Amino acid sequence: MRDMTVYAVFFYIIAALIIASAGLAITRKHMVHAVLYLVVSFIATALLFYLLGAPLVGIFQVILYAGAIMVLFLFIVMMIRMAPGADRPFPAAHYLAAFGVCGVYIAAALLVAFFSGPEAGRPMAAAAASPAAFGFYLFDQHWLAVEMVSILLLVALIGALHLGRAGRRKQSGNKEP
Amino acid sequence: MIVPYTHVMLLGAIVFLMGMICTLTRRNLIMIIVGLEIMLNAAAIVFVGAGLQFQQIEGQVMALFIVAVAAAEVSVGLAMVVCIYRQRHSIDPQCIENSPRVPDPKAASEPLTLNT
Repeated sequence: MRDMTVYAVFFYIIAALIIASAGLAITRKHMVHAVLYLVVSFIATALLFYLLGAPLVGIFQVILYAGAIMVLFLFIVMMIRMAPGADRPFPAAHYLAAFGVCGVYIAAALLVAFFSGPEAGRPMAAAAASPAAFGFYLFDQHWLAVEMVSILLLVALIGALHLGRAGRRKQSGNKEP
Repeated sequence: MIVPYTHVMLLGAIVFLMGMICTLTRRNLIMIIVGLEIMLNAAAIVFVGAGLQFQQIEGQVMALFIVAVAAAEVSVGLAMVVCIYRQRHSIDPQCIENSPRVPDPKAASEPLTLNT
């Protein structure tokens, strides 16, 4: 804290922004508001990636996460138009289970934080991977994983298409073009 | 010099916890998927932070794969939500268990039959 650099100041501002917008997102009752706060959280995460030396991943975060995936969310939320009925009361036992799991998790995280060695307390050196170096590394060392991800996305596309047609196909037969 | 490694890990832990609370306590299929997204995002933060700490580019590669897997997960998950909504007219997770299927009014070519 004594010799905080400008990078550290940026980190804490961005961390506060991520936590605040994620907290607002998970507590909103209206789903559109929740998704919009989630967009803010993801853009702040992209800034954090840029700060931590991953410019290409930050740009992909903006394009894919905050752009494509969140637009998909908004589209579905607008399409569903849930009636604003009364919430069913949540049983106290479920809250107890949820916060019990979270308590165990917090205890484990704090244990790891306190018993990590003194070298973990030193500030990290700033470094950045250029997009060219990142791309070369990705396609040199992880080409098989890239191919598997492409197949995964193709399977997800086919699965989503199948699920989207599953409701209609039963009744209408083969009349669709 | 940025910040200690532990602070990045704690940020990831807090964001993951928020996603977990959202997934466990909300009664809305879309909000459950939002919670899953927040958890995946926390994992990506931790991977990039660890990649910087150990000066390895692997962490960034894993973050990129997390984005790809999240895209696949969201597309299939939201397609399932739409499918459930079309059949049950609700996105409460419990509607799958205790409400009967609502027939599609547009494509109801056959008369309704009670099968109980």
